[in-house]
Amino acid sequence: MSAPSFHIARSTPESRFALVIGLLALVALVAGPYWIDRNGMRIVGEFLIYLSLASMWNLLAGYAGLVSVGQQAYVGLGGYFLFAWAILFGLPPLLAIPFAGVAGAIVALPVSLLVFRLKGAYFAIGTWVVAEVFLLLAAQISVLGGGSGISLPISVVRAIAESRDGRDMAVYWSTLGVAVAILIGIYLLLRTRWGLALQAIRDGELAAETSGVSVATAKRLLYVVAGAGGAMIGALIFLAKLRISPSAAFSVNDWTAFVIFITVIGGIGRIEGPIVGTFVYFLLRGLLADLGPTYLIILGAVAVGVMLFAPKGLWGLVADRFGWQLFPVGRRLVLDTSASAATSKGA
Amino acid sequence: MEWANVILQGILVGGLYALFATGLSLIFGVMRLVNIAHGDLIVLAAYVALLCVTQTSIHPLLAIFLVAPVMAVAGYGLQRILFNRTLGADLLPPLLVSFGLSVIIQNVLLQIFTADSRKLSAGAIETATLPIADGLAVGVLPLLMFVAAVAIIAALQFMFYSLPIGRALRATSDDPEVARLMGYDNRHLFGVAMALSLAVVAVAGVFLAVRANFDPALGPSRLIYGFEAVIIGGLGNLWGTLAGGVILGVAQAIGAKIDPGWQLLAGHLVFLAVLAFRPEGLFPKVDG
Amino acid sequence: MPEKRLLDIRNLDAFYGAFQALFGISLYAERGETLAIIGANSAGKSTLMKAIVGLVTTRNAEIRFAGGELAGRPTQQIVREGIALVPEGRRLFRSLSVEENLLVGGHLHRPGPWSLANVYDLFPVLREKRHQPSTSLSGGQQQMVAIGRALMANPDLVLIDELSLGLAPIVIRDIYAALPRVTAAGTSAIIVEQDTSQALAVANRVYCLRGGRITLEGTPASLTRDAISAAYFGV
Repeated sequence: MSAPSFHIARSTPESRFALVIGLLALVALVAGPYWIDRNGMRIVGEFLIYLSLASMWNLLAGYAGLVSVGQQAYVGLGGYFLFAWAILFGLPPLLAIPFAGVAGAIVALPVSLLVFRLKGAYFAIGTWVVAEVFLLLAAQISVLGGGSGISLPISVVRAIAESRDGRDMAVYWSTLGVAVAILIGIYLLLRTRWGLALQAIRDGELAAETSGVSVATAKRLLYVVAGAGGAMIGALIFLAKLRISPSAAFSVNDWTAFVIFITVIGGIGRIEGPIVGTFVYFLLRGLLADLGPTYLIILGAVAVGVMLFAPKGLWGLVADRFGWQLFPVGRRLVLDTSASAATSKGA
Repeated sequence: MEWANVILQGILVGGLYALFATGLSLIFGVMRLVNIAHGDLIVLAAYVALLCVTQTSIHPLLAIFLVAPVMAVAGYGLQRILFNRTLGADLLPPLLVSFGLSVIIQNVLLQIFTADSRKLSAGAIETATLPIADGLAVGVLPLLMFVAAVAIIAALQFMFYSLPIGRALRATSDDPEVARLMGYDNRHLFGVAMALSLAVVAVAGVFLAVRANFDPALGPSRLIYGFEAVIIGGLGNLWGTLAGGVILGVAQAIGAKIDPGWQLLAGHLVFLAVLAFRPEGLFPKVDG
Repeated sequence: MPEKRLLDIRNLDAFYGAFQALFGISLYAERGETLAIIGANSAGKSTLMKAIVGLVTTRNAEIRFAGGELAGRPTQQIVREGIALVPEGRRLFRSLSVEENLLVGGHLHRPGPWSLANVYDLFPVLREKRHQPSTSLSGGQQQMVAIGRALMANPDLVLIDELSLGLAPIVIRDIYAALPRVTAAGTSAIIVEQDTSQALAVANRVYCLRGGRITLEGTPASLTRDAISAAYFGV
């Protein structure tokens, strides 16, 4: 009696479908400047920025259990890095973006040494304190506008591109490039050995540790990566805004509260979550933004409600019901029987 | 003498920071919950005090006796309706729910009261001083805040270690499952703990309202001061929290004296230094 | 007769999530009895104790106690009916002293023979250590505190889970020597044990559990060693 033959599959019917859709969407987005109007490009850019921030926050909180309420520290760091790079050193603005990432990583490492001494919710507040410190330090830098901030000089703005349309395209493509890189990077990371380790940590830290996963190293790595990514995104944000100030750069509301709401509502701990969440966020914003503070109240209430009654988020609800996985990171055992392909879906 | 005055001011402000921190510390001790909305609840208490004063014309400091019961009842409700559902093994729900609550409270206050700065006037007490030595004088209001902090911490310690309810809270904190075996209703006890915490928050909120301008966005920074006081002082020790608050207050006062822009930074840097070199805090409770 | 029974369990299934740990357990205890429940590791003995006090999910169960139905009710209510559990591993409250642990046990102030003074009479060593942190006591002394804490609730029925686990033989002997005074005061007891000899010596009746099922019941006198071995080990 021979054992049934099988093969290991990674993709699912849904993921292959999603891949096709994703590629089509990517092509459409790359061609964006040719068919989307100026306002639309701005919104797409914002969408990609929030998607990137949420995906990175998801990686930290949903996989490594690191709930940071201070990622705005790196967003602001990236923004100020760009302004220092362009204004103080007169270097090409677009080139600042990758180097902002490096700066973010370099700063994140010693910060991690400090904040990792705190656990759980205390870690969260600790990251917030770090962001506040960055804010206060930035306000002390008078050459970059001190407490009231500074605008990008015309000469620097021209250095991005001569025409306004040219600048729009440059910023748009840079944002698209960085966002796609971050998303693909996260996806590839989760497919590797490290990714498996992270999912193990997500599912049970103690068990992961005893299975040989170096939990501390994995977390540190993730925190540094998130710092780098956050800084790049920050550079992009303020490249588009053309003006920076400490309160805008290090805003908890803009770069953390919305990001957290997006990830919670979309679904923590799965790659697809932030995508769903960002769509929901923009939908709600489109519908409710005129209401001022009420908009935030509703957003907050929705997030609290989701956390209490559907902790896996909207994507989690749907995906668990139908067993979907658009970004396959697990491996499934597929039995090759002539009668039927008896598949058992893995993690 | 100038420096002595500065340090004295710092010590007294430390009492207020300790008040910010005590409620936070209490909740964490009993149910391992860190309430990110804590600072916003202090601000909420300040606005409740504002309402009391404008509706009844009583003296702001006396408003404590109205605000505290209101906040205590609200705290009990908040715990039983909201936070009890989030407690469990997972870290994320209580943290994210309290974060969401923080945003909700800030924006509700913004919606109702607008972003205008308010302040409650306590009359003559605000500027009264008591001279204690040559060239050294202490403000009556700051002294009152410090004394209140000490009194509240002493009362809480007495409750925890000499009253049955304190035993119940400590037992539930140690082992919630076995506490149920003793016949304790955890949901109720957690509600009591939150009620106590918010009663302290009420006192802190009234002092906040009297001492300086306040607006709906002030919550997060109060949370951070309270949190820093707890970490500097050491977890699990209410008197340590007082010490932590004092150290924070003194650091800020010294920083402000050097350069006004350095006030907050000095406090944060002291916190980070404690975190770097003595992460367990200066007076941690040694667990048996 | 069934009406005299203090505790009457019928058809109890118990679950940890989706995993079934107990299958159709039926047993009873009469007023004034000392029951022993023996069985090997993970036979389900502790699960049964937890199921009685509502710490474990049960299905299809009837758990009658002193006339009332316990199944499905929350632990803090069940305990107020007059059942106390001495949990496996003692589980004293770490930040409380010996005396505070005892006082917590008695916070419901149910009337009955047990008070702080009487518990100290039962276990005199505790009186000397009353203000010490509970964690500073030896294993055997902690077990005494745990039993005393349960007695302070003046229960009609006390459940002692894994009484002798981790204790030295001489300490086990001392604790078992004190048990007759407990039942003499009117408290019925169910003792869960892996160590059968001590349990059989004090019990009026015995149940043996294996794999979540009852494999034997009877009085110690009527059961042979072979029968017990077979029921215990399944060989």
